[in-house]
Amino acid sequence: MRESGNRCCSRMNNSGMPVKRTRWVLLAYRVPREPSTPRIALWRALRRLGAVQVVDGLAALPLDARNREQLEWLAESVVDADGEAMVWIGELGSAAQERELTERMAEAVAAEYVALVDDVRTARGQPPGPQRRTLARLRRELRRIRARDYFPPPQRELAQQAVDELAASVEEPVR
Amino acid sequence: MKWATRRHCHVDRAACAWLIRRFLDPEAEFVFVDDPDEVPADATPFDMRGVELSHHGGGCSFEAFLQHYELADPILWEIGEIVHEADLTDERFDAPEAPGLDVLLRGLSMVRDDNELLALSAPLFDGLYEYRRRALLSGQQPA
Repeated sequence: MRESGNRCCSRMNNSGMPVKRTRWVLLAYRVPREPSTPRIALWRALRRLGAVQVVDGLAALPLDARNREQLEWLAESVVDADGEAMVWIGELGSAAQERELTERMAEAVAAEYVALVDDVRTARGQPPGPQRRTLARLRRELRRIRARDYFPPPQRELAQQAVDELAASVEEPVR
Repeated sequence: MKWATRRHCHVDRAACAWLIRRFLDPEAEFVFVDDPDEVPADATPFDMRGVELSHHGGGCSFEAFLQHYELADPILWEIGEIVHEADLTDERFDAPEAPGLDVLLRGLSMVRDDNELLALSAPLFDGLYEYRRRALLSGQQPA
């Protein structure tokens, strides 16, 4: 096998092409400790978007028009709450750091997928009526997780399969 | 009157533009900018950071318009809830139409420029208004 060149800077994918570094949109913020409502609202919004906490007061998302816009609005809400906020666009200095960050994000959503699979397992024992309602709820939950899953872990496929299987069993004719 | 907003409109800005033309300024002219600094002096900016007609208190710009211009029409507030959820998906409201509206507008924005997007989405919001109006009057899902 051919020696791959400069290992620190030339991450390769399967096709042998260099992997492009992810561009990030970052929210740097400071929110007053009290009142706690804006702090909690910000924390919830960042969590819903799937943002990764880089350090205290710095959250990051992969750059796209939607994420950038959402962080701009969050910055505005921080300023409205007498805090300080700036929106930055950037990339990580090394592939290794990027890997560390994306792995952290993948692990976070993986845990959510695993919890979803557990919920499906519990729903298996329910009678048909409640089971149908649980299915609707779990489908919504899966959609929510997928919306913040930027670096899909293998657990995503497992969660999808589990929900599909539950759907198939719910839709079987009841005797 | 001239109105300015950010380029590459999505659901909130499309809904605001519809609201402006239908309820506030039939002759409205829209200018699209990349940065708030580019807003012409004679234009009213909306849906951008640091302006009044924009996101405040966790609400979307469409809701800011309804508040600012004191539009009390309950159907517009219902549409406001749908636009809010399509734009922010924070589950503040129960708006099952929102994910569909988000996808339709997002898809349209991929194949049409901003002026075309506003022209094409306006009848969609007209229809949404009519649907909710009939639903409100009859207390049932209109068909």
